Amino acid sequence: MDKKIKVLVAKPGLDGHDRGAKVVSRALRDAGMEVIYTGIRQTPEQIVATAVQEDVDSIGLSCLSGAHNKLFPKVVDLLKEKGAEDVLVFGGGIIPDEDIPGLKEAGIAEIFLPGTSTEDTIAFIKNNVTQA
Amino acid sequence: MSCTENKARLAERQEQWQGMVDKALARFPERKEAFATTSDIEMKRLFTPADVEAIDYNDEVGFPGEFPFTRGVQPTMYRARFWTMRQYAGFGSAKQTNERYRYLLDQGQTGLSVAFDLPTQIGYDSDHELSDGEVGKVGVAIDSLADMEILFDQIALDKVSTSMTINAPAAVLLAMYIAVAEKQGVSSEKLRGTIQNDVLKEYFARGTYIFPPQPSMKIITDIFSYCKDNLPNWNTISISGYHIREAGSSAVQEVAFTLADGLAYVDAAVKTGLDVDVFAKRLSFFFNVHNNFLEEVAKFRAARRLWAKLMKERFGAKKASSMMMRFHTQTAGCSLTAQQPDNNVVRVTMQALAAVLGGTNSLHTNSRDEALCLPTEDSVRIALRTQQIIAHESGVADTIDPLAGSYMVESMTSEIEAKALEYINKIDGLGGVVKAIEAGYMQQEIGDSAYAYQKSIETAEQVIVGVNKFTIEEAAPENLLRIKKEMEIEQLESLKAMKGKRDAAAVAASLKELRQVAESGDNLLPIIVSAVKTYATLGEVCGVLREVFGEYTEA
Repeated sequence: MDKKIKVLVAKPGLDGHDRGAKVVSRALRDAGMEVIYTGIRQTPEQIVATAVQEDVDSIGLSCLSGAHNKLFPKVVDLLKEKGAEDVLVFGGGIIPDEDIPGLKEAGIAEIFLPGTSTEDTIAFIKNNVTQA
Repeated sequence: MSCTENKARLAERQEQWQGMVDKALARFPERKEAFATTSDIEMKRLFTPADVEAIDYNDEVGFPGEFPFTRGVQPTMYRARFWTMRQYAGFGSAKQTNERYRYLLDQGQTGLSVAFDLPTQIGYDSDHELSDGEVGKVGVAIDSLADMEILFDQIALDKVSTSMTINAPAAVLLAMYIAVAEKQGVSSEKLRGTIQNDVLKEYFARGTYIFPPQPSMKIITDIFSYCKDNLPNWNTISISGYHIREAGSSAVQEVAFTLADGLAYVDAAVKTGLDVDVFAKRLSFFFNVHNNFLEEVAKFRAARRLWAKLMKERFGAKKASSMMMRFHTQTAGCSLTAQQPDNNVVRVTMQALAAVLGGTNSLHTNSRDEALCLPTEDSVRIALRTQQIIAHESGVADTIDPLAGSYMVESMTSEIEAKALEYINKIDGLGGVVKAIEAGYMQQEIGDSAYAYQKSIETAEQVIVGVNKFTIEEAAPENLLRIKKEMEIEQLESLKAMKGKRDAAAVAASLKELRQVAESGDNLLPIIVSAVKTYATLGEVCGVLREVFGEYTEA
């Protein structure tokens, strides 16, 4: 049997809107993944530390406050520093289309916008994750 | 014909009609097997006088301005004055936001509503490491009195009422408002407005808490007490269901959890020795208005009635003003779609109409582009115009509570009231709101509802136009409002410059005194007011309180 995909769902920054993060966490769990949700107000350093410690395959970042351009790339950079660049990082929130190319260039594999079906997120992770 | 005969006749005719329905169903099944609201209340095929038989008009519905206020809190409602049109706004710097406020007031808005950025809401200055990337994003950045002076520049604080969405640091922002007014020559007893100051819901629905529940409740009751003596026209709290609903709750849960929070505040205040008939008239509420039109109208009516009864029964309130629930409403941000965003104008219109038919005292209508970014000036104007059209053109404001007496609305009102009370009793059984938060009860309930709603969208049981049905290929939206990167840098520079100019000894002395007062348990407001006048920053004041009171972290 395949090892369960392990995902860290994280809320970087000061944003407290965690409805999406919690709904996605639950949907991934229902899809058979192992999910850790960090809770709100996490620094990129805390998120990466948890990711490394828990040896996750993927990180889902949720931010609705507009701070995504600073916070998302920082998570990717810190993962690289820790030699964990194989972790699949995706994000979601209130993110203007024009920011998406920059975020992808910074190493965020995919950005999910409001109205995304959790099915799409699940499929994306299954198709793109590289498990050790 | 007697009443009994009438009832018998109704039952007989309903049975005949049922026969007709059965025949119709055999040929054309209905769209769904069962119809229900967001709160899982059955939407019957038809409501009749039989559904409202048990509702005593005099006791349960009554007259506007009278207990239990089901029909509204004022005797003439919108025939005297429309609801306050109050658009929540704030972004970037104090100067940018001041320009938006003056634009909105020019366009006929009748009250201000301040959105603060997240660092401000969590008591950090713009130069704190956790503020990086968040400055000026979801609201205006306020570090000190200097920013607050710019925010209200050329706005006469004796003429306008101002609502501030600020919770954990509410005392500090209120102190700054008092200080700005004083500089304008306006004394504090003339100030009208509201601070949200509702920390309990922050722990389970909104997230901008700082201190643990106990000191938070202490600061809140300090504010009640200070305002009773110094700001008699100020709403000391806005007990908020809005964010509970945004976090995913149903309409019933929104009413229940909001009122449960309200009861906790009243209880805390009464325990400090405050007289319920002195402070309760300054309590205000804040609700969401979502898509299910009839359920929403009934929700507002039910909330008013239930609160009035609870204040009377549980706290022995005697004055009508202690029992009347006055509330602000905002249309549901979570109902806005990023797809075909112009459709949001229609959603907002229906939601706003439900709020007006539910007797709201004040209203914010969301802008069509808020699932994408902060609203542009054009979008905000359309949102405000939506309220003005409802007020001036629709005619619904010309008679009071026009949906009263609808079998469906009255029945739904009673149903929501009963179900909300069940929740409140359950929370009581858990030992009250704080214990229930610690046990994760509300979080679990809200999470379950949010997940069920998402599933219903994904199975298309709940159609969202433009999202899971009637979709089109769309180009990326243009002309979105963006906060410039330089804004954060400018804010940091002006904070630094301000710190260079102020009297450092006076700041240090006031912060020292603040610490002493916090440790002593005396009312914090007077010292916070004098500290902000020395230009002690929000982060410095909250920093001292963090050291004395500790910080809350999510379990």
